[in-house]
Amino acid sequence: MIVNEQVAIDHGLKKDEYAKICQLLKRTPNITELGIFSAMWNEHCSYKSSRLHLKKLPTKGKKVIQGPGENAGVIDIEDNDAIVFKIESHNHPSFIEPYQGAATGVGGIMRDVFTMGARPIANLNSIHFGSPQHKKTKNLLRGVVHGIGGYGNCMGVPTIAGQTSFDSSYNGNILVNAMTLGLVKKDKIFYSKAAGLNKPVIYVGSKTGRDGIHGASMASASFDEKIEEKKPTVQVGDPFTEKLLLEACLELMAGDSIIAIQDMGAAGLTSSSIEMASKGNLGIEINLNKVPCRETKMTPYEIMLSESQERMLIVLENGKEEQAKKIFDKWNLDFAVIGKTTKSKKIELYFDEEKVADIPVNTLVENSPMYDREWKKAKLPKKNKIKKEDIKHLKIIDVLKKILANPNVCSKEWIWQQYDHTVMGDTIQKPGGDAGVVRVHGTDKAVAASVDSSAVYCWAHPLTGGKQVVCESFRNLISVGAKPIAITNCLNFGSPENGENMGEFVECVQGIGEASEYLKFPVVSGNVSFYNQTKDQGIKPTPAIGGVGLIKDYKNMITMDFKEVENLVLVIGKTEGHIDQSLFARNILDEKNGPPPEINLFNEKNNGETLLKLIDNNLIKSAHDVSLGGIITAVAKMCIKGKKGINIKKPKYLINEIEYLFAEDQGRYIIEINKKDFKKVTDILHKNAVHFDDLGTINENELYINDKTKVTIDELSTSNKSWLTNYMSK
Amino acid sequence: MKSSVITFPGSNCDRDMDVALKKFGFKNKMVWHADTELPKSDLVVLPGGFSYGDYLRCGSIASKSKIMQSVINFANSGGMVMGICNGFQILVETGLVPGVLLRNKYLEFICKNVFVKISDKRNKYFKNVNNEVLEFHIAHNEGNYFCTNDQLKEIEDNNQIAINYCDENGKIEDQFNPNGSIKNIAGIFNREKNVLGMMPHPERMIDTSLSGEDGSMFFKNLINNLK
Repeated sequence: MIVNEQVAIDHGLKKDEYAKICQLLKRTPNITELGIFSAMWNEHCSYKSSRLHLKKLPTKGKKVIQGPGENAGVIDIEDNDAIVFKIESHNHPSFIEPYQGAATGVGGIMRDVFTMGARPIANLNSIHFGSPQHKKTKNLLRGVVHGIGGYGNCMGVPTIAGQTSFDSSYNGNILVNAMTLGLVKKDKIFYSKAAGLNKPVIYVGSKTGRDGIHGASMASASFDEKIEEKKPTVQVGDPFTEKLLLEACLELMAGDSIIAIQDMGAAGLTSSSIEMASKGNLGIEINLNKVPCRETKMTPYEIMLSESQERMLIVLENGKEEQAKKIFDKWNLDFAVIGKTTKSKKIELYFDEEKVADIPVNTLVENSPMYDREWKKAKLPKKNKIKKEDIKHLKIIDVLKKILANPNVCSKEWIWQQYDHTVMGDTIQKPGGDAGVVRVHGTDKAVAASVDSSAVYCWAHPLTGGKQVVCESFRNLISVGAKPIAITNCLNFGSPENGENMGEFVECVQGIGEASEYLKFPVVSGNVSFYNQTKDQGIKPTPAIGGVGLIKDYKNMITMDFKEVENLVLVIGKTEGHIDQSLFARNILDEKNGPPPEINLFNEKNNGETLLKLIDNNLIKSAHDVSLGGIITAVAKMCIKGKKGINIKKPKYLINEIEYLFAEDQGRYIIEINKKDFKKVTDILHKNAVHFDDLGTINENELYINDKTKVTIDELSTSNKSWLTNYMSK
Repeated sequence: MKSSVITFPGSNCDRDMDVALKKFGFKNKMVWHADTELPKSDLVVLPGGFSYGDYLRCGSIASKSKIMQSVINFANSGGMVMGICNGFQILVETGLVPGVLLRNKYLEFICKNVFVKISDKRNKYFKNVNNEVLEFHIAHNEGNYFCTNDQLKEIEDNNQIAINYCDENGKIEDQFNPNGSIKNIAGIFNREKNVLGMMPHPERMIDTSLSGEDGSMFFKNLINNLK
């Protein structure tokens, strides 16, 4: 095939990008080389629109062992233990083929983690669908949930937490973000940097097929009405092979034969070999005839661009091939020496004794395009004034029941019951709480993780929204008694070529950066997904934040269920009555405009750290952060989980009751304490200048405000639990 | 007491079972599926997971593993063999226990706590368990027990039903059946009651910090009964 500008454009490259390739190579690339450039230079692999902005994120900290740039981030959890974690998107394939798209998303992120030598110990996910009324939503939801479960369950890694939302902006572009945490010894972490000359390059895992060719390019473009035709670009997962690959890799890693290891994810053999060479400042020579293929007559182009799953590339020490091969034979996996490291600093490919590609590595990596895209700054919308006549007819209990049954608040049990969340025998906080918690096997330590996003806030004001998501992650970890350590981010946005979408990206990233800097909650890994867009319609900006924290003694973990009648309930943090962009405003008042709640980073940090002090002093019986639906929604969930009720007092200050109960001001928590500890608790709160309200007292089984405003917990529980089950069974 | 846990390609509850057995005093060995000899054992466990990726039919490929011939001989000579979840699926594929396990009635994987009622205590697995009802944990996609009417009659006549899904008070009704199993069957014995296959995972219930502690009761009792 003759390569020209049109062929390059068909590969998703721009005219000037093609010109740059010709200039870098000082010749016209052949088709295999063009394929390699298109795979390395697409948005998904090159981060060409985002790199400039991502550089501004804080990525360092005392506990950070490895920040962005490797397969995953690594943090120190003491005693020579480390946690490897990352979140990644699989949005585009999941819309085209929900089961396989979601399954391979989970498989891919687990590979990123065990590539570094860590055994995966927990999975999480953040999934977003269109309006429940949209004709595709139900099938997409079912397919994605089955796919996530199908892969994670088979791998034997518990899925411990997640987030599901519905919004019409995802009608044509659902989001599937998968996160994995792995456990590794600090002195046994593996990296992807190749080193040494003439070292054997080994291919292990599944055979290469024609599936997923150009998957990464597909994920770097907007959708149109012909998107269904892209089905062949979706990879097909085989979790059984990945389970074998995991065990075989960990067995090989126990020895000392590996120099570098890299999984074949997006852009398959292309990106894995180039990344290893680039990091090691070396060249790699590969004989493509040696690559195990599952189909006959595969061309060099297809072999290099296939995204077949469950494959790894390893640079071994010389002379260790036989020993390594034995392990992969035991697990019935392919093992092939396909090439070697060279000093050429080029990627050189041979096929049928002919050189089929010859590209300097730096042209693909350092010289890849980087754009400073135009972007529009968002204005802070004007606040709405709530009119008394709009709310005076509202009955608090009716509103509460409606909010508890809202698709974005309701119980997601139908989803997480389909995920094995207890395998490995260390899950001490199951899905449905503020964060999932797993013990560090065989120790007293536990790791908490949560994944959050607030697309509505980010859409209303990206800078505030970006900060808010980081704060929410911080709060969720603290609510279970964990000290927050670091985050990973999955940045889901529309087209970077649209100034408004790009502005949303830039300002959300700025917000994330400011909050993580202030809270000392650095970003250690992440992924950008642009072009979540169908024709001109982009999604609401949806940065998802995966937070990880440590609980030193798992017995001190906190859960959100109310524990004991007569205990006192306090609200930590001040309620100002911010209603704009709240669930109450959007769903009850049908008011979609206005600014999101403000973020005060000082209060976030101070309130959170003070709560951790209370927890350290064993003064907290249960805790939950206040988010969607305000104080009363948070309290209702604690009642439902604990099968207890509460007598709620009238607020002593401010505003009317509705604003007090449904406002979504930030930096707040609900805590349950024993009466006898009241003075101790309030002394600590006063000493740290933390505002608190005395909200009420726990009772047997009723949420009680006054004789006319009360409801049984059973009734609230039914509202909360039935929506999703009913929706999916219709 | 000596126990052996078989690891098949795709087993993923083998470590959990190892942890549980050791916690309650067993000297446990992990045995690779391609081995032919079983180590000397008082109990052999086929653990949960997805042996061979559940391909073809859950448990069918594993049931033909090299080690399984030794396991079958061991069982036929009266040795104690317990199959949990995928292990139960492997047992029905070998024919050591009757019946088959179909896909769950609602076609979804289910992971949750369930209550089971002990149907018969005249065996080494449940003898001397104080409770009538245990809280166990299930996590499976194919746990819907099925057999022919003739088989069912035989099973019932021989008291081969081990445990049934029920509510916390031991009431065995359709609404407490998580997967559509015939007669709410959650676990079943061979005729001699030395082989037990069950869907619930007692090894996930061995710690108050986990899902519960009824698994601890089960294992403590089991090791005492074997002494």
